[in-house]
Amino acid sequence: MALGSFFGSFDISAFLNALILGISIASIWLLAALGLTIIYGTVGVINMAHGEFIMLGAYSSYMLQSYFSLPFLLCIPASFLIVAAVGLILERGLIRYLYKRPLDTLLATFGVSLVLMQGVRLLFGSDPKYIAVPTIFSSNVQFGFVNISAFRMVVLGITIGAVVALWALFYRTRFGVQVRAVMQNKEMAASFGINSDRVYMLTFALGAGLAGLAGSLFGVLNIVLPTMGSAYVVQAFLVVVVGGGTLAGSVVAGGATGELQSIFAYFTNDTFARFLLFVLIVVLLRIRPQGLFAPSATRR
Amino acid sequence: MGTNRRDFLKKTALLGTAAAAAPYGFVRTIDQAWGATPWIKKGEPIKIGLLFSLTGGLAVPEEDSTLVMQYAIDEINKNGGIAGSPIEPVIVDAKSDFNVYSEKTKELILRNKVIALFGCYTSASRKAILPTVMAQNHLLYYPTCYEGAECTQNTICTGPLANQHSQDLIPFMVKEFGKKVFFVGSNYVWPKESNKNAKIWLEKAGGELLGEEYIPLGGSEFGPVLNKIRDAKPNFIFSTVVGASDIAFHKQFKQEGFKVDTMPIASLTTGEIETRAMGNEFGAGHFLSAPYFQALDNPTNHKFVEGFLKSKYGKNGTTHYNMEETYLSAYVFKYGLEKAIAALGYDGVTPRSIRDHSGGIKVEDGISPEGLIWIDDQNFNTWLKPKIGQCQADGSFKIVKQAAEHVAPDPYSIYPASGKCTAKGLVAPDGKVRTNVI
Repeated sequence: MALGSFFGSFDISAFLNALILGISIASIWLLAALGLTIIYGTVGVINMAHGEFIMLGAYSSYMLQSYFSLPFLLCIPASFLIVAAVGLILERGLIRYLYKRPLDTLLATFGVSLVLMQGVRLLFGSDPKYIAVPTIFSSNVQFGFVNISAFRMVVLGITIGAVVALWALFYRTRFGVQVRAVMQNKEMAASFGINSDRVYMLTFALGAGLAGLAGSLFGVLNIVLPTMGSAYVVQAFLVVVVGGGTLAGSVVAGGATGELQSIFAYFTNDTFARFLLFVLIVVLLRIRPQGLFAPSATRR
Repeated sequence: MGTNRRDFLKKTALLGTAAAAAPYGFVRTIDQAWGATPWIKKGEPIKIGLLFSLTGGLAVPEEDSTLVMQYAIDEINKNGGIAGSPIEPVIVDAKSDFNVYSEKTKELILRNKVIALFGCYTSASRKAILPTVMAQNHLLYYPTCYEGAECTQNTICTGPLANQHSQDLIPFMVKEFGKKVFFVGSNYVWPKESNKNAKIWLEKAGGELLGEEYIPLGGSEFGPVLNKIRDAKPNFIFSTVVGASDIAFHKQFKQEGFKVDTMPIASLTTGEIETRAMGNEFGAGHFLSAPYFQALDNPTNHKFVEGFLKSKYGKNGTTHYNMEETYLSAYVFKYGLEKAIAALGYDGVTPRSIRDHSGGIKVEDGISPEGLIWIDDQNFNTWLKPKIGQCQADGSFKIVKQAAEHVAPDPYSIYPASGKCTAKGLVAPDGKVRTNVI
């Protein structure tokens, strides 16, 4: 059934719409994966609580909006800061003791994810919340014969902004040089006087903050629930694994998976598109187990 | 969970002995475990099992089900219980996990010896526990809508079947908005079966199906589907998307610039609880077919809504069709058990005998918030009047159409070749009878 219509109904404007939509899907996949990528790439921790950081971002926005009547556009950066602070506390209180035992961080962050989920449930209850959006974002923009929703453009804009900002941070600032040095060789960097402890701490907080930013936006597209993180964390891990754990890898992997998902779905249907995508990813990982852009072998 | 320690120890010891005696080293049926112990004793609490998810992805509707069951039990107990005995619920958390559903079913039957189970929201979890329920010849009250195509000796269902749902909704939408429709559903058994049913009513109403898309259960990306809908230009959308996906669907529908006035979504599941979760502005204007709405204007419903919301269980601040169907199941149980006790005496009552006495049971206007319903004496589903509501700006539903007559539940309406579900089992057209078909 699915393949029957593969070339049956090709419509150039609809196909262009699918391409544009692919970019927007890619931005969501990438946004979910950014924080995970930099935590994994720099600190080397596979953060199982990433989905719950996303969830915390959504709840932060909800809380700020409904308890403190903060305008929606201010909720987004505020969620970044709140979750970054949570990440910072977590890193200082727990993660930093486990850097020498990377496998244990997996278990520890998984525990943290459960604690965060139950904590939010105790605090806010398990009934769903919603984040109200200004009506200006609930509309559709038409460029020629291409349609895109205003809020998807916001997500796309913020994703591009976040990628550019991260690139600038890593490649244009002193902190970035330190991060890259610590990534290459922690002990060597430390012997050159870089405070690697501080670098780890800030990177972890930054990664958490990015998850919070993502959560704040996802909460608008979807439902806000204590369990919402699990819906995004799979996508995030997928992008990181395919990308190989580097920033550039994640950008390419996020873009490719989002675009493929949208194009496959155009030709077939959503379910089959997912199937095709996962088959492709399995094949890719069979050929390149280290992902698209693996970090250099000298790491750590 | 358990009532008292000694009781628990005694039962565990009994179970252990039975387990040792059982051929495969495991208790196979409740009869082997309990011997001739009667299920209920006069004057002692009647234990029932509430098998819903309090955590995980299904907690949103199912926690409400647990709350409303507790409310109904309190209400029944306050009015004298069942034949003088109070109902005592054994509450478990199925954690939205099919394995836990099945485990807890065994536990409730074998360890707690509940006389009936109330539970499940998805067909997947129902199908996960039914083999156990049937093997133990036990009784499951399934209090929500489902697709049908089942004929067992051990279930009583108080929600609408697929044929009851769409019979009025599809012709109504075609008449009001136009012939062209697009189907969207979550990718599992209930939406697919419901859509098969809807197609029959669509054909009868002279409608035209432009496309049919399914989204993975729990999926939240509706971009590709909405793109296809934009190209197809239907007059309305028929949705069987459930849960968190449903909320994402309605939100993205509006955010992608679709207009509810020209292309409303007609749904089988988007009720008060969903609209509240998505924000009223995303639900307003869309349609739902259900036998119950919080806004139903009758004295019984006013009493139910006020009573529930004021009670300690009404903390979520709303009632919806799924809750009401669960509430009804408590009364269907009460009447069925009373009839069984009257006919067989306390010692003779078994879960199965309650079902045998439940055919034709009515829940009258004064008790049932949606108005009179009754249990079909052949397939043990419910005769009810489906209603169509349109969501208003404040999130409440306005009833725009109500079936004039009760609609018969027909679990095999789209599979006439399979036969008819009767009290004896599924009777095929050639006269062969099969019991417990799932």
